[in-house]
Amino acid sequence: MSKFQKKKKGTPGISTASLPDIVFMLLFFFMVTTVMRETTLKIQQPKLPQATEVKKLEKKSLVSYIYVGKSKDGTPGDKIQLNDRISNVGDVKSFIFGERAKHKEEDIPFLTTSIKADMEANVGTITDIKIELRDINALKLNYSTRKGSALDNMKN
Amino acid sequence: MARRDTPEINAGSMADIAFLLLIFFLVTTTMDVDTGISRKLPEKQPEDMVPPILKEKNVFEVNINRRNEILVEGDQYMKVDELREATIKFIDNGGGTAEALAKEDLTVCSWCEGEKDPASSDHPKKAIISLQSDRGTSYATYISVQNELVAAYSFLRNRYSNAKFGKDFDRLSSEQQKEIKTDIYPQIISEAEPTK
Repeated sequence: MSKFQKKKKGTPGISTASLPDIVFMLLFFFMVTTVMRETTLKIQQPKLPQATEVKKLEKKSLVSYIYVGKSKDGTPGDKIQLNDRISNVGDVKSFIFGERAKHKEEDIPFLTTSIKADMEANVGTITDIKIELRDINALKLNYSTRKGSALDNMKN
Repeated sequence: MARRDTPEINAGSMADIAFLLLIFFLVTTTMDVDTGISRKLPEKQPEDMVPPILKEKNVFEVNINRRNEILVEGDQYMKVDELREATIKFIDNGGGTAEALAKEDLTVCSWCEGEKDPASSDHPKKAIISLQSDRGTSYATYISVQNELVAAYSFLRNRYSNAKFGKDFDRLSSEQQKEIKTDIYPQIISEAEPTK
């Protein structure tokens, strides 16, 4: 009878030998693209305003960030964070000089300062920073915003 | 005595290790692109600099007070959503006569589609937007106003580049962009020191 016994034809298993290769490929992609956050925020995460006329910031290595927002423990007034510390306006200059020292001389005119300020911050604080920046000729400025309708800013 | 073969290392768990790392990087990676409104600060002026004399009609005054209300041209209360249109109307007015503009090496603005109102701006190159805010103005309002002003300029630039080159401003070559930026619709937004 064995002559007529049908051979059991199971579907052959898919070889998973190349799975590690695929995973490694993805892994390397993410390892290369990932940017570890350099600064930890000492202030509350600023709620950025929205705007429509936004431009992408090119060349992230040339951008230095100034954070403006509320302090975590609820003391009133705007706090300015440079690098890892809460600072006052007077420290902006030395912060920018420090940033400049990290770059090549020919890149210095292209250094951009990005202000990440909370929606509820006061213009006065921003102006103080701007005056400091202007004093040391750091003229390229970027107000960090999310993309969206600017009219939504006014709702709250 | 026969040499014993070294047993092969089982590489089956390699995928697991790779997965673990992969998930770690997937979680920590941030793909956010930084976007924002780019502005250039004015250079520091010497103390003894005499400010240039401007005609009142060439200045579009925008004031924001500490209650986030917007006042335009000193007498007109405006909402943010009306600001863009008013700005476009002002920049694009082109009301200067040929004789008056010839004195300043300019010709009549032939690309302007405004009302040619003699009481408003003469020429886009002469039109200045002056923005003054209060120290207590909220940043959100300030950004909204800045955004509307920049939007007015990009609307006009886009309109011109579409009429002349058949393309949006962003898609023009950098020389063409530069031409529009310097000769057609230069962006002149001046920021006064905020009121205390």
